[in-house]
Amino acid sequence: MVNRLSTHLGNVCLDNPVIPASGTFGFGLEMAEIYDINLLGSISIKGTTREARYGNPLPRIAEATSGILNSVGLQNPGVDAVIAEELPKLRQVFHKPIISNISGFSIEDYTEACQKMNGEEQVEIIEVNVSCPNVHHGGMAFGTSPDMAARVTKAVKEVTTKPVFIKLSPNVTDIVSIAKACEEAGADGLTLVNTFLGMRIDITRRQPILAQKVGGYSGPAIFPIALRMVWQVAQACHIPIIGCGGVSTAEDVIEMMMAGASAVQVGSENLREPYACKNIIDHLLPTMDALHIDRLEDIIGIIH
Amino acid sequence: MKQETFLIKSNKEIAPHVYEMHLEGDTSSLHAGQFVNIAIDGLYLRRPISVCDAEGNDVTLLYKEIGKGTHMMSKMEAGQQLDVLNELGNGFQTHLSPQKTILLAGGGIGIAPLYLLAKNLKAAGHKVHVALCFNKASEIFYQEAFEQLDIIVHIVTADGSKGCKGFITHFLQSVSIPFDYFYACGPMPMLKALCQETDIPGEVSLEARMGCGFGICMGCSIRTTHGYKRVCKEGPVFKKEELIW
Repeated sequence: MVNRLSTHLGNVCLDNPVIPASGTFGFGLEMAEIYDINLLGSISIKGTTREARYGNPLPRIAEATSGILNSVGLQNPGVDAVIAEELPKLRQVFHKPIISNISGFSIEDYTEACQKMNGEEQVEIIEVNVSCPNVHHGGMAFGTSPDMAARVTKAVKEVTTKPVFIKLSPNVTDIVSIAKACEEAGADGLTLVNTFLGMRIDITRRQPILAQKVGGYSGPAIFPIALRMVWQVAQACHIPIIGCGGVSTAEDVIEMMMAGASAVQVGSENLREPYACKNIIDHLLPTMDALHIDRLEDIIGIIH
Repeated sequence: MKQETFLIKSNKEIAPHVYEMHLEGDTSSLHAGQFVNIAIDGLYLRRPISVCDAEGNDVTLLYKEIGKGTHMMSKMEAGQQLDVLNELGNGFQTHLSPQKTILLAGGGIGIAPLYLLAKNLKAAGHKVHVALCFNKASEIFYQEAFEQLDIIVHIVTADGSKGCKGFITHFLQSVSIPFDYFYACGPMPMLKALCQETDIPGEVSLEARMGCGFGICMGCSIRTTHGYKRVCKEGPVFKKEELIW
């Protein structure tokens, strides 16, 4: 029987396009306790760095209209511990392709972590995060200049045989130029977009809510902007795009795919609604029927 | 964690800006010290609220109207249904033996999770003292409720308008309770002072701004003597010796 939901990220075939975004699903184990996570297309696991990181001081979370600001700051146990402890546990409960999200503060940070992940069979895509707004050095800096983004892309491509997707920051004047630089440097795909740098102030205490003062804004509020960026980049690039930013319904998935995404990531919605990804997947087929969509892959990039 | 629909049975102000909400829902696996995370129409994130009491199919929450979320909760009415993530976090550890003398210390709305705990400890045969700490007499709530549990209730007010004057530390200095273990919940300065004042072991329940409430976002991680722990998942209750002040 034809799987109407299946989609491809290059040579990687997914049963459906719904992927929890990095940082909103941990390493999958907490969610595996509440539903069968094998119904997901893939999982982009928690952003991993060369060394363990505690992350930023609390508060790390602030609410905003239709969204959330976070300044978690890449808390993770480090690539060695992720490989030794988290991936073996995830393997027990999840049998689909895994996307490993890698962050760094220098080119060497990226290459060492990616090289280590290259040995992990279940990791079928390496997602290079050049867009974390919550770390002082590196992170987003690599994703705000075409040259730097291209350098990271080239360096990572040299150390891994797996497809490399670059996750870009929306906090730039021209995302298309950065996307094209990554494509020219050999990126196999792009994830668009990370969070928008934002801020909230507690007007009673006259202090920023976040200890870091600023953080990344995500949630339905950013969906139209993320969608626009996916569409713009899809017009200019020829590599697959994972659309990310405020996706919370099956309709949003279809919209992202029409704009040019081959798959989508669901982020903030997982935090407020633990069954978000499952609900979206459950609603995809009925929504497609209502819209007379035979196969999801038919609609990728139909908007020009 | 379970996602459930709870029905509001009542919701009333019991002290200035402090509300008691009774809900009908599944309490079968709820432990003292756990919390629920409540979806509120119009707000993006859920609101984590400690369970004050759980018996039969009745869940009691106490909450203080502080921000937008609790303000919206304060306007909710009986008959309304709530989308709730139930049984979150690890509660208090109550397997103490043999019978002990136990001090419960609650500051302001931090009193809430101590009520079910007090009930359980009393039922297990422990001698229970509870120190209910407030800023002033007019803010006092749940004194009678605790007294009805047949435990020893002490009132502490910062301005001395009722009971012992000062903070929990002044209370401990002025009254010598020979307790073997303590449980506390309240403002951070209170918890810190209590933990530093006494050599006696105990547990404290912490509060944090949370993203998810069930351990996936790392929004509420704290550094402990046993590495990093999430207030929502490994907590909100921590052993005194785990905390780094």
